[in-house]
Amino acid sequence: MQQPNRLRPFFENITFDREDNELILNFGPQHPSAHGQLRLMLHMQQEQITKAHPDVGYLHRGMEKMAENMIYNEFMPTTDRMDYIASSSNNYGFALAVERLIGLEVPRRAKVIRMMLLETNRLMSHLFWLATTALDIGAMTVFLYAFREREYLMDLIEDYCGARLTHSAVRIGGVPLDLPDNFIGDLRTFLDKLPANIKDYEDLLDQNRIWLMRMENVGVISKEMALSWGCSGVMLRASGIEWDIRKEEPYELYDEVEFSVPVSDKGDNYARYKLYMEEMRQSAKILEQVIDMYAGTDGALMAHAPQYISAPKLDIMTQNYSLMQHFVLVTQGMRPPVGEVYIPTESPKGELGYYINSQGDAYPYRLKLRAPSFWHTGILTDLLPGHYIPDVVSIIGTTNIVFGEVDR
Amino acid sequence: MRAYTPKDNVQAKPYYTDRFWVAPQVAKHDVSSDAVFESDLNALKSKFEILDAYIQVEQMVVVINAADNFAVLDMLKNSLQYNQLSEMSAIDWLAKEGKFEIFYQMLSMSKRKRLRIKCKIDEKESIQSVEKLFRCADWSEREMYDMFGVVVNNHPFMKRILMPDDWEGFPLRKTYPLQGDEFAAWYEVDKIFGKEAREIIGPENRDPARIDRYDTERFARLGHEVPRGVDITNGEPDTPLVYQEKNGAFLITKFDPETSVTITDRNR
Repeated sequence: MQQPNRLRPFFENITFDREDNELILNFGPQHPSAHGQLRLMLHMQQEQITKAHPDVGYLHRGMEKMAENMIYNEFMPTTDRMDYIASSSNNYGFALAVERLIGLEVPRRAKVIRMMLLETNRLMSHLFWLATTALDIGAMTVFLYAFREREYLMDLIEDYCGARLTHSAVRIGGVPLDLPDNFIGDLRTFLDKLPANIKDYEDLLDQNRIWLMRMENVGVISKEMALSWGCSGVMLRASGIEWDIRKEEPYELYDEVEFSVPVSDKGDNYARYKLYMEEMRQSAKILEQVIDMYAGTDGALMAHAPQYISAPKLDIMTQNYSLMQHFVLVTQGMRPPVGEVYIPTESPKGELGYYINSQGDAYPYRLKLRAPSFWHTGILTDLLPGHYIPDVVSIIGTTNIVFGEVDR
Repeated sequence: MRAYTPKDNVQAKPYYTDRFWVAPQVAKHDVSSDAVFESDLNALKSKFEILDAYIQVEQMVVVINAADNFAVLDMLKNSLQYNQLSEMSAIDWLAKEGKFEIFYQMLSMSKRKRLRIKCKIDEKESIQSVEKLFRCADWSEREMYDMFGVVVNNHPFMKRILMPDDWEGFPLRKTYPLQGDEFAAWYEVDKIFGKEAREIIGPENRDPARIDRYDTERFARLGHEVPRGVDITNGEPDTPLVYQEKNGAFLITKFDPETSVTITDRNR
């Protein structure tokens, strides 16, 4: 241990030898491959890791505390800051939890728009994952291609809600806006090109010698380990467990669309990479089906529940009682019934759950955010030992962790 | 008279609540309405004391004694096929009954069911770790300790996880102020510069909405611009608004600062 004093201060990034020749290496918290503020303390024997100790909390903003001191609608923009790569998924998870607590049914058009948002966010997140992971491993070209496609999607989302990263595009009870005129056409254009784009990435990576060396049989997660560590999403499915919340506990319109859930039993980095690629194809498939559903819906965007949800703008502007209710809902906030819910959704990273304990107040009494990345970081404790330094980077890459979500 | 704020709960309160407001309840259904949950509950009942059980929003909630937590989760995992612990944490009921409520959110993939185990412990009481059953509890229990100060027995590494190791106080307790306490305001100053520097630096500004009216280091006031860092506590000079554009400002054609009136009396 270091013995810091005034003359010899504590150095965070110092590496030093112990008597037993065990080296302690400090990785992060400011490391370009750490995908955020991850600090790893690695015990090394030569180049091999014997013990890993992830240290998180550098981005801790106390979101659960903030939620306890806000009205429900006020918290919505804060959820954007969890998984900021796919922020509509977080908005949606929160909205769904509150809707189930109240017992609201959302209009069909809002459901269709939400499905579009969720799946474009999944595509954005997976493209971002591919870009950054490939960049970490040295495949600069893939990074540029994948960001080009992601940019197109971000423009699309910008057309819808005006924001590119922190969307807040979902409201409790529905969605705030209808799709702009050009949206579906632009989305179709994108979906037409996407298969060719995915094929480009795969041509660059699938048989790439360096990519295979860094990915195959590296970071193998067994079935038992994935279950025990609370893994979800691709991390779970790459280990041979077929569990996708969209399929098993369908929410929104996922029981009406046709898609398949890719599973692998390898459990290594390469399996996870292949699953991400396949999930992108499936997302595109879902989007194509959802586009067709849009035409058959009527215009309602928000649920009708005057006690909880403000009336449409037209009513607020023309009817006195709607205006009064809107005023109360904005200044005091809605008061959901007394009770508790835990609602999981399949976010691009895994199982994103919101536990809400309501005591009938305008503020939740307790709100627990179940973020998948938290456990996908925790698993590094057991996953990294036995691997070598370069593997750390590729393993962190394929776990797809985002620190807005880990630290909350 | 100063407004009364209860010391055991310093969280934000709604500024107005109707006197006759009675909050509705989320429906609690009997466990017998679901065959799978009923058989699970009977299996649990045969071995443990069940204080309460019901179904709420399609998930079963089972209230048990805190001492049984490990054994109940062991049974759920090994004989009732609840193979994943999705989430666990605590709820602060100290103000109401002096207790913490611990909940374990369980998932059974083969049955496609979720249930929640709940138990209550006193403030100073500790709880048994379930890390031996579910590795993910390692981090969850650390987070629970970090946020609430609930000590977990037999945990391999009982340390804070999100807050710094030497932090004082437990942020998610209802007694912890939203913008931090005295310790929080001095933490970084003490840590980086030492206690001697307190006088020079001052406490950390933990109110994100605070505005320093006389700050000329970072802000200038339109129409009252002064050089950076000038002390304006005794008033600042007016600087007349002059537009750089030749034919007046873009879009603003009729504005003439000479003839317009500046309102100085806010209550006018």
